[in-house]
Amino acid sequence: MSGVRSGVLSGILGIALAIAWAGSLPSAQARDELADRGSKLFRQCQSCHQVGPKARHAVGPYLNNIFGRRAGTLEGFRYSDAMEQAGQDGLVWDEAALAAFIADPPGTVKGTRMKFRGLKDEADRTALVAFIRQHSPGPSNIPETPPTAPVHASAGDPDLPEHILSIAGDPAYGEYLSSECVTCHQASGEDKGIPSITSWPARRFVTVLHAYRSKHRDNPVMRSVAASLTDEEIASLAVYFETLE
Amino acid sequence: MRITRRGFAKGAAAVAGAGLLTGMGRAAYGQARPKVVVIGGGAGGATAARYLAKDSQGGIDVTLIEPTKAYYTCFFSNLYLGGFRSLESIGHTYDKLASDFGVNVVHDWAIGIDRDAKTVALAGGGSVPYDKLVVAPGIDLIYDSVPGYSLEASSLMPHAWKAGTQTALLKNKIAAMREGGTFAMVAPPNPYRCPPGPYERISMVAHLLKQSNPTAKIVVIDPKEAFSKQALFMEGWEKHYPGMVEWLPASIHGGIESVDPQTGEIVTGLDTIKADVANIIPAQKAGRIAEAAGLTNESGYCAIEPATMQSKADANIHVIGDACIAGDMPKSGFSANSQAKVAAMAIRADLTGSSKFPPRFSNTCWSLIATDDGVKVGARYEAGEEKIASVDSFISQTGEDAALRKTTYEESVGWYEGITADMFG
Ligand SMILES: Cc1cc2nc3c(=O)[nH]c(=O)nc-3n(C[C@H](O)[C@H](O)[C@H](O)COP(=O)(O)OP(=O)(O)OC[C@H]3O[C@@H](n4cnc5c(N)ncnc54)[C@H](O)[C@@H]3O)c2cc1C
Repeated sequence: MSGVRSGVLSGILGIALAIAWAGSLPSAQARDELADRGSKLFRQCQSCHQVGPKARHAVGPYLNNIFGRRAGTLEGFRYSDAMEQAGQDGLVWDEAALAAFIADPPGTVKGTRMKFRGLKDEADRTALVAFIRQHSPGPSNIPETPPTAPVHASAGDPDLPEHILSIAGDPAYGEYLSSECVTCHQASGEDKGIPSITSWPARRFVTVLHAYRSKHRDNPVMRSVAASLTDEEIASLAVYFETLE
Repeated sequence: MRITRRGFAKGAAAVAGAGLLTGMGRAAYGQARPKVVVIGGGAGGATAARYLAKDSQGGIDVTLIEPTKAYYTCFFSNLYLGGFRSLESIGHTYDKLASDFGVNVVHDWAIGIDRDAKTVALAGGGSVPYDKLVVAPGIDLIYDSVPGYSLEASSLMPHAWKAGTQTALLKNKIAAMREGGTFAMVAPPNPYRCPPGPYERISMVAHLLKQSNPTAKIVVIDPKEAFSKQALFMEGWEKHYPGMVEWLPASIHGGIESVDPQTGEIVTGLDTIKADVANIIPAQKAGRIAEAAGLTNESGYCAIEPATMQSKADANIHVIGDACIAGDMPKSGFSANSQAKVAAMAIRADLTGSSKFPPRFSNTCWSLIATDDGVKVGARYEAGEEKIASVDSFISQTGEDAALRKTTYEESVGWYEGITADMFG
């Protein structure tokens, strides 16, 4: 690999992609309006920073794909020692970090070369960040969250209280919910890489799903599924799958 | 029974008691069976047809229009390139949809939708009437988004972004590549089918070349600056194929200016790369039929109502899979399958009065990097007012141990069996 290119590669290797779009989201229209306002505010940044398809480094680094990037790590731009240090100390550009920096650059990263007095109005900062956000990939193209803390195997499933184990599930509702399970688990009971879940005693099924929900079991797909189900829904799935041969 | 979920309580109130999901249609409506036509028998359409027929238990007359007799899944087509699967193993027929579920499978192209008359015109002549229509044609390629590329050029520089003959062609070209040659991919711009797909492909091509042609080089000319599972793929490439793969974002190569199918040259702002095998994946849009029916907007894709997958342009049409704008959901087979079930439930509720539960959406995309080195990314979504929004997501971590990666790969094999059974019966 040639010098420039391998440099790019290893630079990018260190990037933790941190695009978390969880929780409540503003409506698409509200976001567009915000970003629109932000694009006007961005005029004061343009003497130093570029965004968009033709963006290049100028006095400051270009701002495409800044979301989720560790501070001071773009190849080809000479950062201040302070900015590099901030990145090494764990500064990653997400919405909150960018807004804080824009409010007061020298106060946030002491020694930054960015000579900007700061944007005092909070609404302005939100709008500007929303505009810059548009120049990073959206969650449908990079549906990722940053790596979570390492998970450790459990020492067995915890015992569930009797009132949870004895909830009477509704098999018809369980059948509806099961349509989601059978994208991976086979309704025929065959197992290959993904365990069979048919004909399990309902109490075992309930115990295992609760173990995922309480994070005593590891698999992130199952944790996510279990987290989205109520106790009653788990009970309904359990009685439905118990009857499947 | 104690069901607390708000939406469910609401849904259940309409039709009390057991048997909520059975074919209320005939009893409620008496006369002729309502007709649902599904255009496209892929991850979205096949699932929708199967669930409509299965859950209505004969209460709905389901017709599936699909030109090909054998559907080759794009999912796992990269594993075929890498030598982990045969082409036959990713091919599926519609026989069981017809025999076990009573779906009328029509092997033909839909060439037009008359939304006023509610009919679908077929290339072979004739038309099929519908009460509700599911449009699931997947994507079409915008060939000229890469100057010099075209439908004709795709026989010399395959895209292999629809599986089958294109995938086989690409594999043959890789096998015939000269020693120490260059495999170059032009990756697609966002939004496109299967965000991690190009990079899984690079991994699989590298795996193959490492054995058959270890001095070969792989270059990815990407119009983007970042891509799905990037840290995981790059870690894997360094680990398994050191020095073999170069990934060039637009800020390095300066833009893709043109390709020449005759010479294999790819001209970028930085220099010209001469490919022995070129894999050009152009920009994409919703399948042509969706556009012809006026269902697409300026983005080239179809806007939908998040809770039902109903077209914003026509309440009698539901658009699912790659052709629709599914908010935060990526264009994947898993997503299409998930959306199909939501659409099928909404359609049944409208046509037969069966109960409507809160829609559930999820996605997981597995990718194989090398033998037994699998990674995954996924999320759950909820139907908001404006769009389908991500509510919870996860991704494999860099530096995971080999045992976990092997389990992840095995999980993907299980998923493949599961989803294809869920689509084709
Ligand atoms: C290399 C690669 C790897 C992938 N890997 C994965 C993966 O690991 N996991 C995953 O979840 N997804 C993966 N995908 C994505 C997945 O294949 C698509 O997202 C999925 O197939 C979309 O489903 P669909 O129903 O919208 O379209 P398709 O599955 O493409 O189905 C569309 C169908 O409609 C038919 N059709 C089109 N026009 C008409 C017409 N006018 N009349 C009648 N029929 C018509 C077509 O013949 C086709 O059969 C991958 C894609 C690629 C390219």
